[in-house]
Amino acid sequence: MSTQTSGADAIRPARALDTASEARLVWLRFGRHKLAVLGLAIVALLYLMAIFAEMAAPFDPDHSNARLVFHPPQAIHLIDHDDDGWHLRPTVIPYRLARDKVTLAATYVQDGEHHTRLRFFVHGDPYRLWTLIPMDIHLIGPAEPGQTMFLFGADRQGRDVLSRIIYGARASLSIGLLGVANSLLLGIVFGGLSGYFGGRVDWFVQRTIEFIISLPTIPIWLALAAALPKDMSPLVKYFCITVIISLIGWTELARVVRGRFLALRSESFVTAAMLDGCSRRRIIFRHMLPALTSHIIASVTLAIPAMILAETALSFLGVGLQPPAISWGALLKEAQNVESIAAAPWLLLPGAAVALTVLALNFLGDGLRDAADPHGH
Amino acid sequence: MGRFIARRLMGMVPFILLVSITVFLLIKLAPGDFASNYAASLAASGETVDDSMLADMRQRYGLDQPLIVQYWDWMRGVLQGDFGYSFQWQQPVVSLIGERIGLTLVLSVSTLLFTWAVALPIGVYSAVRRYSVGAYLVTLIGFVGLAIPGFLMALILMFVGVSVFHTDVGGLFSAPYANAPWSWARVVDLAQHMWVPMVILGTSGAASLIRIMRANLLDQLNQPYVDTARAKGLSEFTLLVRYPIRVALNPFVSTLGFILPQLVSGSVIISIVLNLPTAGPLLLQALLGQDQYLAGAFLLLLCSLTVLGTLISDILLALLDPRIRYQ
Amino acid sequence: MDTDQHDTPPVLEVRGLSTHFLLRAMTLKAVDDVSFTLHPGRILCIVGESGSGKSITARSLLQIVSPPGRIVAGQVLYRATPDAAPVDIAQLPARGPAMRALRGHDIAMVFQEPMTSLSPIHKIGWQIAEGLVAHGMMTRKQALARAVDLLRQVEIPNPEQAAEKFPFEFSGGMRQRAMIAMALACNPRVLIADEPTTALDVTTQAEILRLIRRLQVEQGLAVLFITHDMGVVAQIADDVLVMYHGRVVEAAPVSDLFANPRHSYTIRLLEAAQKLGMAAPPARAAVQPGPRLLEVRDVMLTYPAQGSLFRKTVQPAPTLQGISFDLHEGENLGIVGESGSGKTTLGNCIIRVLQPSAGSIRYTRRDGTVEDLAALDRDALRAARREIRMIVQDPFASLNPRMTVEQCIGEPLLVNGILQGQALRDRVAQLLTMVGLPGDIGSRYPHAFSGGQRQRIVIARALALDPRLIIADEATSALDVTLRGQILDLLLELQPRLGLSFLFISHDLGVIRYFCNRVAVMHRGRIVEIGPTEQICTAPREAYTQRLLAAVPEATPQRRTLVSV
Repeated sequence: MSTQTSGADAIRPARALDTASEARLVWLRFGRHKLAVLGLAIVALLYLMAIFAEMAAPFDPDHSNARLVFHPPQAIHLIDHDDDGWHLRPTVIPYRLARDKVTLAATYVQDGEHHTRLRFFVHGDPYRLWTLIPMDIHLIGPAEPGQTMFLFGADRQGRDVLSRIIYGARASLSIGLLGVANSLLLGIVFGGLSGYFGGRVDWFVQRTIEFIISLPTIPIWLALAAALPKDMSPLVKYFCITVIISLIGWTELARVVRGRFLALRSESFVTAAMLDGCSRRRIIFRHMLPALTSHIIASVTLAIPAMILAETALSFLGVGLQPPAISWGALLKEAQNVESIAAAPWLLLPGAAVALTVLALNFLGDGLRDAADPHGH
Repeated sequence: MGRFIARRLMGMVPFILLVSITVFLLIKLAPGDFASNYAASLAASGETVDDSMLADMRQRYGLDQPLIVQYWDWMRGVLQGDFGYSFQWQQPVVSLIGERIGLTLVLSVSTLLFTWAVALPIGVYSAVRRYSVGAYLVTLIGFVGLAIPGFLMALILMFVGVSVFHTDVGGLFSAPYANAPWSWARVVDLAQHMWVPMVILGTSGAASLIRIMRANLLDQLNQPYVDTARAKGLSEFTLLVRYPIRVALNPFVSTLGFILPQLVSGSVIISIVLNLPTAGPLLLQALLGQDQYLAGAFLLLLCSLTVLGTLISDILLALLDPRIRYQ
Repeated sequence: MDTDQHDTPPVLEVRGLSTHFLLRAMTLKAVDDVSFTLHPGRILCIVGESGSGKSITARSLLQIVSPPGRIVAGQVLYRATPDAAPVDIAQLPARGPAMRALRGHDIAMVFQEPMTSLSPIHKIGWQIAEGLVAHGMMTRKQALARAVDLLRQVEIPNPEQAAEKFPFEFSGGMRQRAMIAMALACNPRVLIADEPTTALDVTTQAEILRLIRRLQVEQGLAVLFITHDMGVVAQIADDVLVMYHGRVVEAAPVSDLFANPRHSYTIRLLEAAQKLGMAAPPARAAVQPGPRLLEVRDVMLTYPAQGSLFRKTVQPAPTLQGISFDLHEGENLGIVGESGSGKTTLGNCIIRVLQPSAGSIRYTRRDGTVEDLAALDRDALRAARREIRMIVQDPFASLNPRMTVEQCIGEPLLVNGILQGQALRDRVAQLLTMVGLPGDIGSRYPHAFSGGQRQRIVIARALALDPRLIIADEATSALDVTLRGQILDLLLELQPRLGLSFLFISHDLGVIRYFCNRVAVMHRGRIVEIGPTEQICTAPREAYTQRLLAAVPEATPQRRTLVSV
């Protein structure tokens, strides 16, 4: 047999990392970003919450009560005491409406006598999970049916803001995903066309992208959304808004896909695959796409926040999703003027949900990008 | 350089043409037109609608013409400075948009300068002292700035203004100056009011610019030419300013191309929340009421503004970077 | 080193210098207890392979090691004049004014990559003048005038205009001249040159070496010259320091070192260099020509003129202007040329990564049929590529990082439907042992291997389909010289067993001389001369070939053909 590699170039004994696939290495690098892991956890929880919104929400989001208008938020107390002594159990202190004897204005005052006991997995408002399975279990709620609990307060019609935020997550978060899926599709189609045909097609697609990027998005979105017929059903409107948002959002993804694709095409391992006799399909799917996926996942993650913010903005301005549909933007519309914010600042809480989601997604996306491309930018 | 600018200006022409076509299609996209909208609102208030009157109306405003003719008429007017007639306000569009577009421009450009002024030093700082507490703090604030939508920040500021300071932070002028003619005092009044929308509008842009500046500079700091400069005996500060920061400035300047559209875009929504006398509130109304020429004028001017921003950023970049100039 | 022979005291004296990189998990001893002296009027070469710590040593002298690297021990004593008290540079604060005052003024440095080492957006003249202004030696105007003078000294034509240009308007050699002018601006006493010619073509390298030698003699400079190339050492050094894994393993005057190397690593390095050198005993002989394998006739590759109103001009690949040659079975044909000569383009045309715009490439298949590669359709090409394989330069880029070694090597067998399952695995193991690697490493990923090992994996992949012709494009250029010889020997050993022929593309005449029976010299898209290796190397006919040969740095200090003093 031939010369074994000698001296300094000896094969070192196998180590665990030697047989670690690229995906595993990316995952290991990702794990080192503490903030990114935290982001992943938050995002996962939020999406779980959106999927099981009916169960996660303590009440029916449309359950209104004229006597509970602008009910203030209640804090959960973990320690409760009654005649039997002290207990470790979650409670809230109920409020009741009282009229000021002089001004006759109604205000909420705490009623410290009878604490409302809370319990996990309680029976409450009935619902159909995913409009299919009839159920009435809620993750958390007052132990006795009929009692109230407003962790995030109540809105103008006495509806539970927390439940509405949880239901709103469904529209807002899914619009983010759908919008990004649309954008990705458009991005891959146009970025792919651009990279595949090159020449004039590439030129045309590139100029189109430059053109779209140079336009201010919100006025265009407004114009497109305002052009939707007023009598559209909420579901159709939902899809239209998704399409409108992604019409503009695809450009960034197309740029990333094209740029990466072109860079990859000139990699010598791709040429080597061609010379090995791989078919065009195998080169793309076996050799190029795996190298692209981590970048695409990172870009997609970083694109979702923009989509969520866009939906929120449109709905907030009254041209996106409209009541009775519930989304974070539509909820924030309630807080559009100073008077209502001054009266019930908790109406801004859907905004906190938006900020938390966007923040978590940004952490996650940044971590993914760094993990996918440890040497790049 | 002159040839470069001339070439870029030539390149702008099809872009602006494309902008005008896009805008025209946008305002024509909605089903129905102003006449049918008008009819609907009349019907809603219980009045009977006369078909022949609607036909008259369509004829008067040229709404019965083929699209291409309508576009041509509109463009011909625009080129002569006539943006058409607002149905809602029963006034020529020009008299409605003048000051609002001007104020939008002032707000956007001053926010842009504010953004740069903030982002440049902070970006440099967080790259040069990348492991300091300050840099981590900046990164964190940057993330939060990106995560909070502008209108939400406007709402929060309004809430704080009302509940803590008992003032209204909205608007661009105090009451006495709102409709006054331009004077020095009015400019001062404007400056006193403008910082609130400027900060709100600039935050997310500044956050992303800080990140861009930081990334660029980190790239440049490891370049061999920095070692060359150091080996020449330059002081750390001099070489930092003269080389890596100078080079990192190029991509920074080219962000103008997308920051300006973002700012114009953001100003629309913030001005609606804060009730500013800029393009935003009127544009929204016009769009909802299908006041097509008013909406069209706003859209056309805003889009042209940002396309122009791209042009300016290209020219600035060519001034800064000989490699582009010589291509 | 023996210092008694010098009558002047050393300008720089390094004692026990250690520069370490404090990493998270470990401390990397990049420079470990290094000592040497540097005398005015002499050139000291530090030679070593990649990772030997030679560049870090040079950077330590100016305290410009990038973090987390740090000088942890030792002295760097510098004497500004022969009588002055020495200053210990290692004790100066790296960012302080005392250190700054020395940089560029007393000790100047020339870096490896002339493109990236010059600022892309400042004019050449100003970059040269800047040091003079920074050290307060001149006003801006005087400094700019001196910059023009300096450009003239480093033999740049039209120095007045050159000073007004930007680095991207210069060629590689011109940039390196500008770098040298910059280093010499303040009349330093010590010049550190860190691989100043590695990125350059061999003829340009010869010019730069000559320039450095001339300036060194004229100005009585002490030069510290870092290189990995024993040929360059032999041509330019007065004294030599051999580094290996951060330590000095041997130090001697150049003639002693070459005549009488003591350390085993030095011996290995010299053997490898001389094996691939031009002075080694006879070049590979011509073989008895077998049947004709490849008949290349009038291959052209031209690109249409690019650049219109909307399109940026792209730098086209070098064109080919009528290439013709034959390759016979069992023969190794070398294609040698400098960057931009079109040699890589030619290889790519033959295997049809690029489509030649004219000409024929007639290939005789195993079954005797002859086909024109230039005109094959995709399916026929696929079949042809089973017999013609390619090995490219960069062993890091040419293996898919997402596939195991087994998958990489097995890919051609799998996609051509030859083997699968256990049979495939067995064949891969067999191929691995064939190229000198253990057969059981198939489940590891490429990132677990060194450059030389990866190139062996690439070779195994090329051999998997039992090819007849291998196009090797700079296949050994990315490797250290000791590994280079091993890989060439591996290929030579496999050749008769597997019935291989090679088209071996390289810029390195020594490697070509060692490996090839015949050589074609390429210049500006044409073959200027083709013939048996021995004849080309000893009696070249064409002026360009003569120039090329004359520029090769020979690893024999007795024959300084490049630099005469």
